[in-house]
Amino acid sequence: MSKSIGTRDVYGEVLVRLGKQIPEIVVLDADLSCSTRTAQFAKVFPERFFNMGIAEQDMISTAAGLATTGKIPFVNTFAIFATGRAWDQIRQSLCYSQQNVKIVATHSGITVGEDSATHQANEDISLMRVLPNMSVIVPADAIETEKAMEFLVQDKGPTYLRLSRHKFPIIHDEEYIFQKGKAVLIEDGSDVTIMATGIMVSKALEAMEILKKEGIGARVLNFSTIKPIDQEAIIKAAQQTGAIVTAEEHSIIGGLGSAVAEILAEFCPTPLKRIGIRDSFGISGDAEDLLHYFGLTPEVIVKEVKDVIARKKG
Amino acid sequence: MLLTEKKEAELQEIARQLRVEVLKMLTNAGSGHTGGSLSIIEILVTLYYLKLRHDPQNPFWSERDRFVLSKGHGAPALYAVLARLKYFDSAELQKLRKIDGMLQGHPFNVSTPGIEISTGSLGQGLSVANGMALAAKLNQAKWRVYVLLGDGETQEGQIWEAAMTSAHYHLDNLCAIIDANKLQIDGPLCSIMNVEPLKQKWQSFGWQVLETNGHDLSCLAAAFDQSEKTQKVPSLIIAHTIKGKGVSFMEGKIEYHGVAPTKEELKKALVELENV
Repeated sequence: MSKSIGTRDVYGEVLVRLGKQIPEIVVLDADLSCSTRTAQFAKVFPERFFNMGIAEQDMISTAAGLATTGKIPFVNTFAIFATGRAWDQIRQSLCYSQQNVKIVATHSGITVGEDSATHQANEDISLMRVLPNMSVIVPADAIETEKAMEFLVQDKGPTYLRLSRHKFPIIHDEEYIFQKGKAVLIEDGSDVTIMATGIMVSKALEAMEILKKEGIGARVLNFSTIKPIDQEAIIKAAQQTGAIVTAEEHSIIGGLGSAVAEILAEFCPTPLKRIGIRDSFGISGDAEDLLHYFGLTPEVIVKEVKDVIARKKG
Repeated sequence: MLLTEKKEAELQEIARQLRVEVLKMLTNAGSGHTGGSLSIIEILVTLYYLKLRHDPQNPFWSERDRFVLSKGHGAPALYAVLARLKYFDSAELQKLRKIDGMLQGHPFNVSTPGIEISTGSLGQGLSVANGMALAAKLNQAKWRVYVLLGDGETQEGQIWEAAMTSAHYHLDNLCAIIDANKLQIDGPLCSIMNVEPLKQKWQSFGWQVLETNGHDLSCLAAAFDQSEKTQKVPSLIIAHTIKGKGVSFMEGKIEYHGVAPTKEELKKALVELENV
């Protein structure tokens, strides 16, 4: 794995590029445009950028109003404020009303770091996944962020795009094609499947390398779309590898691990371990230190893979 | 716009018929918000018959004026107006709130022609209307945006976020109306959570505020005229209304906020309305 780039950094650049191509794109921010990187768009297209002040609920519903007229609003703030503060607005004005609004949230998960639990969203995927009509997308690197955005401007309907403050290693190449609703096979293997999302995809690949040296073949799937979930890939992985570990920088309640568990329980019960935040709030600290503190590391994935393989029947 | 006596009488007759329709719908549905539907009839008549540029045969006409019913529980009144204007078959009115009907308990844009956005959870409509008005400015389009709020609804914090936005972005193509019937489901606003002085509050937020009798068609028309002439600032019309207006035993009665008339009550109400 080569260099690391923040998904929010590439977002800011791509938004300007897409803004030049698609005049319907408008951008709203809630006084965090430097952090969410929409300040670049604001500079190039001041008339199509609306700073809504520190008022997330108003921002979401305003975006809905813009969308009714054919605009394509990109709505931006930190993940916890976007999803938690304005959940009812997202539910009624966007999802129920079927408005074509893209919520792009930066600062998801514990890698927000020093700002502490108030600013770390470990519940946002859960909050968005439960909403009918909503799509939930979590890119694993900068390239996937760009490809997902190119897809989203052509797609219709409310979408939650989860980005990060932290820099992610690049794992996809420029030829990568984003497909909503499809898990991406990064590495194949037959002993176990590691299903990861966001920054944990790169951690899963590191774990895969360690396991390979020990003779264990791990399939690694990038679940960059959490909703609609790729049911087929989950069932196939269960049938072909017989053991599954999920990994996400999010609560194990309601996120990728839950989505996978729901499919497995209903269609093909399979030994499963969910790696993520275990029903707790975050704390202040350096992002990498926090990943270690909460067990979001290749080493923990390796350990859990071995445990889950041991639980395979026969 | 000066209303001729003839025109005013014609619109009053439409308002009377709409009240009859609303009461029948609600009785048939067996639930729904009677008081706050009856209080907004003249506001809707003024908008739909005098002010809005719209085309019921082409609900998505891009240059139409927009109307948002932020107080979504007033839906029966809006449905009655839309059906009368032939946005949809008036047979739907008798299926209000029924499992095989199109008309949901609160406005649902996806199923119902003429509804711009789903509402019901209070406090969101002014923000949505701002979005529509911002789009008009961006497009240099002439359409205007109207949004009807409940007075109780202004207890929602988001209303005040949105009020700042309308003024900040100089949305003079936006006109909000408050259905000031002074009652909410648990009691009078002044005892549940006082919102007064509404006029001064909105003025201090940078709005032009007009006050009028919300059941007088000429006064309402004049207020809307004034809002159209105003530049640089958004307009608010505080329309003083009577909850349950038109039916003597419902007027000013909190009991009819969220309750439909019984069959006996409907009979009594229709006698009154037929004898106007």
